[in-house]
Amino acid sequence: MALSNDVVALFYLAAGILVILGLNRLSRPATARQGNYYAITGMVVAISVTLMQQDVTRYGFVIAGIVVGGIIGTLIALKIKMTAVPQLVALLHSFVGLAATLIAVGIFMEKSAAHQLSTVLAVELFIGAVIGAITFSGSLVAFAKLQALMPSKPLRFTGQHWVNLFLGLSLFGLGGYFLLTYSLGALVVIVGIAVLFGVLLIVPIGGPDMPVIVSMLNSYSGWAAAATGFTLGNHLLIMVGALVGFSGAILSYIMCRAMNRTLLNVVLGGFGGNNSSQDVNTTSNDRGFKSAAVEDATFMMENAERVIIVPGYGMAVAQAQQAVKELMEHLEAKGVDVKFAIHPVAGRMPGHMNVLLAEADIPYEKVYEMDVINSEFSQADIALVVGANDVTNPAAKDDESSPIYGMPILDVYKARQTFFIKRSMRPGYSGVDNQLFYRDNCSLIFGDAKDICQKMVSQYAMAA
Amino acid sequence: MSETMVAVYIFTLAGFIGYWVIWNVTPSLHTPLISLTNAISGVVIVGAIVMAGSGQVSRSTEIIGFLAVMLASINIFGGFVVTQRMLRMFKTRNQQEK
Repeated sequence: MALSNDVVALFYLAAGILVILGLNRLSRPATARQGNYYAITGMVVAISVTLMQQDVTRYGFVIAGIVVGGIIGTLIALKIKMTAVPQLVALLHSFVGLAATLIAVGIFMEKSAAHQLSTVLAVELFIGAVIGAITFSGSLVAFAKLQALMPSKPLRFTGQHWVNLFLGLSLFGLGGYFLLTYSLGALVVIVGIAVLFGVLLIVPIGGPDMPVIVSMLNSYSGWAAAATGFTLGNHLLIMVGALVGFSGAILSYIMCRAMNRTLLNVVLGGFGGNNSSQDVNTTSNDRGFKSAAVEDATFMMENAERVIIVPGYGMAVAQAQQAVKELMEHLEAKGVDVKFAIHPVAGRMPGHMNVLLAEADIPYEKVYEMDVINSEFSQADIALVVGANDVTNPAAKDDESSPIYGMPILDVYKARQTFFIKRSMRPGYSGVDNQLFYRDNCSLIFGDAKDICQKMVSQYAMAA
Repeated sequence: MSETMVAVYIFTLAGFIGYWVIWNVTPSLHTPLISLTNAISGVVIVGAIVMAGSGQVSRSTEIIGFLAVMLASINIFGGFVVTQRMLRMFKTRNQQEK
């Protein structure tokens, strides 16, 4: 059955509305699953009417592609561990980018053979191919870093910005040549340069900046879809692409704000290249800090009224979320009020910690965002920091010379007593020493986050 | 108004909708938000299907279309499935006891 173009367009509109309603339902945990179903329905509608469109007459390649891709995607998504979701997302972003680039090249070949190229279409194809290629290679590098296939620390070389500038300018130069000649060769070279550009864009980014980068690439994948929509004159693609593009852009903004940095500062490399932070290190390392035994912490926590646990990426690395949940249960059994405080950039992507705590069966109403929980630290008896660092450093508030000055932090230092689980005295990502360690009300417990939490749990279990 | 200008209108208006809808999403669901938007950006499959399935073009564009359909499908299925897995884990205390 071949549907007329107007009927197809009407169904595309319905699909777009379903996607919007889906995103709207995603705003709260109680309705979020419905949101996913709405979006799935929208996608099923979109694909179904496309298959029934007049232009589509041969189904072999189409069905094969959907079946093969569907099986691969489903299997990966079912097997992936929750700690590895950031790298899965990065990998999927790269696929959208590659698909958009392939479509741009394909459309060019079709239209070129039919002599239907125009300047407007050529500009749209150029933009689509470039954004797609940058999304593809940039996301692939982000994936490699998150998966630890390459070092997650920033890789920089001298003259990097000049190389990037040169690549950017040559993209525009070749783009102009492409518009004049409509040459397939030029388009292929453009794609190649954009791929290289994407690699160089993400290589200098360090692991803890990944929440910004994952959001940014999410946004790019949306712009790539929208650009594809422009080349095809397909309004559904434009609509959905704009939604995704803005979604990623807003998340990047929220992440940057949570670090008091600009997107440009993150992309061009901020913390790592800062030499003044090294001086701060050496001067403050001689100062005294206190360390505590696990027994001290367990004793004080079970006798506390309110305990706030602050998880960070270290909890994910140590896979300590289950042990943390058991710790919570033991404390609650003793009548302690336990809450969790999450900084927006904790983990490797926005909301990463929330997913890990949810996976460990910690009810989401116990998990609080920074803005909500910060006022409660002053009434808390104990703050227990598990694998976080920079986001608890009071230097961000009171040391104007600190590189992280101005960054919003969790007010852990206001709690009556802080226990800070830490592997060693090494500073966090920013290279800045945590001033919290030298406060009277902070004690460090040295060791692996999972080991320490399990020791705490076993002590409570023995006493019970 | 040209076809391109209509497209610009739709892009702009959809951008506003996105802006308002996304700011409403609670931060605890930002990871599922990213994986869901990831899945729906697989909507480029619509363009890929037309390329792979319109019999009037060359074998090379058909194969390019096939690859794009496959990649977009990985995205759509992978994105929706992982979103569903994550959202099932978000429970209140009451839901856990049931």
